[in-house]
Amino acid sequence: MIERAVSTTNSSRPKRSIKGFFLSRKVVPYVFVSPFILSFLLLFLYPLISGVVMSFQTILPGQTTFIGTSNYERILNPTFFKALSNTTVYVILTTVILTIVPMVLATMLNSKFVRFSNVFRASLFIPALTSTIVAGVVFRLMFGESEASLANTVVGFFGVEPLEWKFGAATGMFLMVLLATWKWLGVNILYFMAGLANVPRELYEAAEIDGAGIFNKFRHITLPMLKPITVYVVTITIIAGFRMYEESYVFWPEGSPGNIGLTIVGYIYQQGFRMNDLGFGAAIGVVLMLIIFVISILQLTLSGTLKKGG
Amino acid sequence: MKKRSLFILLFSMLFVILAACGKGGGGGSSEDSAEGADATEVIGSESEDATELNFWTFNELHINIFEDAVKRWNEEFPDRPISLKAEAYPYDNMHNNLLLALQSGTGAPDIVDIELGRFPNYLQGEPQLLPMNEYVEPVKENFIESRFDIYAKDGNYYGLPTHVGATVAFYNKEIMDAAGVDIDSIETWDDYVEAGKKVVENTDATMTTLETGDYWSYWPLIKQQGSDFFDENGELTLANETNIETLDFMHRLIYEEKIAEITPGGGHHEEEYYGFMNDGGAASVIMPMWYMGRFTDYMEDLKGKMVIRPMPKWTEDGNRSAGAGGTGTVVTNQTEHPELAKEFLAYTKLSEEGNLALWEIMGFDPPMWTVWEKPEIREDNKYYQYFGTDIFDTLLSVREEIDSINITDKNPLVQEQLSTNVFNNVLRSENQSAEEALKEAEAAIENN
Repeated sequence: MIERAVSTTNSSRPKRSIKGFFLSRKVVPYVFVSPFILSFLLLFLYPLISGVVMSFQTILPGQTTFIGTSNYERILNPTFFKALSNTTVYVILTTVILTIVPMVLATMLNSKFVRFSNVFRASLFIPALTSTIVAGVVFRLMFGESEASLANTVVGFFGVEPLEWKFGAATGMFLMVLLATWKWLGVNILYFMAGLANVPRELYEAAEIDGAGIFNKFRHITLPMLKPITVYVVTITIIAGFRMYEESYVFWPEGSPGNIGLTIVGYIYQQGFRMNDLGFGAAIGVVLMLIIFVISILQLTLSGTLKKGG
Repeated sequence: MKKRSLFILLFSMLFVILAACGKGGGGGSSEDSAEGADATEVIGSESEDATELNFWTFNELHINIFEDAVKRWNEEFPDRPISLKAEAYPYDNMHNNLLLALQSGTGAPDIVDIELGRFPNYLQGEPQLLPMNEYVEPVKENFIESRFDIYAKDGNYYGLPTHVGATVAFYNKEIMDAAGVDIDSIETWDDYVEAGKKVVENTDATMTTLETGDYWSYWPLIKQQGSDFFDENGELTLANETNIETLDFMHRLIYEEKIAEITPGGGHHEEEYYGFMNDGGAASVIMPMWYMGRFTDYMEDLKGKMVIRPMPKWTEDGNRSAGAGGTGTVVTNQTEHPELAKEFLAYTKLSEEGNLALWEIMGFDPPMWTVWEKPEIREDNKYYQYFGTDIFDTLLSVREEIDSINITDKNPLVQEQLSTNVFNNVLRSENQSAEEALKEAEAAIENN
């Protein structure tokens, strides 16, 4: 009996201690965050550091050499500025459109006067589930240059001559912004709807008693209450805008006429892979990272988000 | 107990999620995954002692050449059977995957097709490709030799050519007849312009289309006159007098003579153009021979209407063709069977049968010119049915007039400049003169 008892304790003790180790309050949090820490180290920090290192090198198989800052000296060329200005215009347009339109739409969908709001919610969200590449192929067909293409038929109703959508700077930008808007509108509406759900009804009731109209309620209650969400949406839209690549790639996979569709990430791709200049590509990437960093900090400071947090 | 199983369940879920994430990021560069491939085929012997070789290409049709070669090889060498796993990826995708595989030293296939426009990228530094000299040197003189030079570095031949790429004029006979033009009377570019005026006057079609998103409407034209983007010493000559005048000439064709239009979709490989041409939108197009396959595959309504003639010449004794484009097939240094892979590749590309197959299957003008005169090449196939039986008469008549192109490691930059800035600014938006645009491009390439 005694022997048996000993043997059972022996066999169960290590198990219990392993279990105990994993369930102890000190360890468990680390166990749970470890996948994310690991993926951060492996998929973000390591590439980040090696990207910075690569930006000071020329990289050929078996012949990687440090060349100082000469990759950075080459960056300030007309093509880079073209890419930068395209990206900046794109960021400004998408940020404005993808903040204001979803906010207004979300407010409307949230109001009790709109019928079938569930149907609208669903249909506005569906594009987000489509891949940009697939959607882009359809957009490319819709905006073909022939007179019979959908878009040219539509503008034809208004007496406009058929346009070469993919070949003009303005129409090219229009296509990219339209595709991004179509795709991301639903997601941003979702953010704002979530924000609206947290606005206390009493505020509106109180405002109604004071005689506020729809516009005043929106201006003085909805807008301020949505500020945290707005800041968030603006931030991610700016970052997504600077990282934009697919929206340009689907329209011009082999490079756009006059670089009307060249974005900074597109330029990284072009130089890094097409021209086999990974070091230069990495240098552009580092510059892009700095640009996003500075703008995000600026924007968060201006909107007061950082202050509150601190 | 319950708690523990829950614990295990949670953990296993986590790993599944992590594994799933890892897979998504792969993108298909590893040799086992066919993710993102347009087509995958395993060709050849199923016996266990067959050596497996991997082959990548950017053009699904190229697999057919290797399918044919594997069959012949396995019949001829039953003691050394090959099983070839062929994968076709989209152009950009394949070249990038290959570049990363060669940079990182893992994941590259045994044999791979590399397009001329990208080939210089793989010759930078120490080429991660195996030299094919032992197979090339004995047969070199039976080939249009320049086709080896464009895939060579420091005396080593790495790529085996797929075609000559002799540029020709494709005429739509129906439209030319309607316009009252005898195609065979067109000898010089002046004749071509005159004929074009008749076409525009008497029919709804335009005479020709000029590319803005690619350089096939330009490169052969300057090469015909002995010019190029680079001279024999590799010096950039992009903005030389001939090149400027030729670009001016193209501009004049569109805006002064009004016999040319900018290619719908920007290039002769765009859907928009296939539809336009198929409907009789243009009376002719200047493209290399390998473009035949696009007619047979994408423009079926023109069967029996198209004829192939030499390009118009610039001067009385000028060249009537020029070599353009190319695909060099290489063996990478990551292959586990270097000798077999090299021998098989040479068997496919350097043998007489292989070159005949290039014509029969693909409609390519085989780089081994000795087969051009063989009776086998006159056997009926879909290209003869489509374009008439005089294709090789045309080709043989211009054989001596196909100049080699000069390739340097800056060719990808030239292509980039031409297809994004130069053609667009000069031909489409007209905001630069030919001279300004080419000078600017030249400066951009030099500063890179």
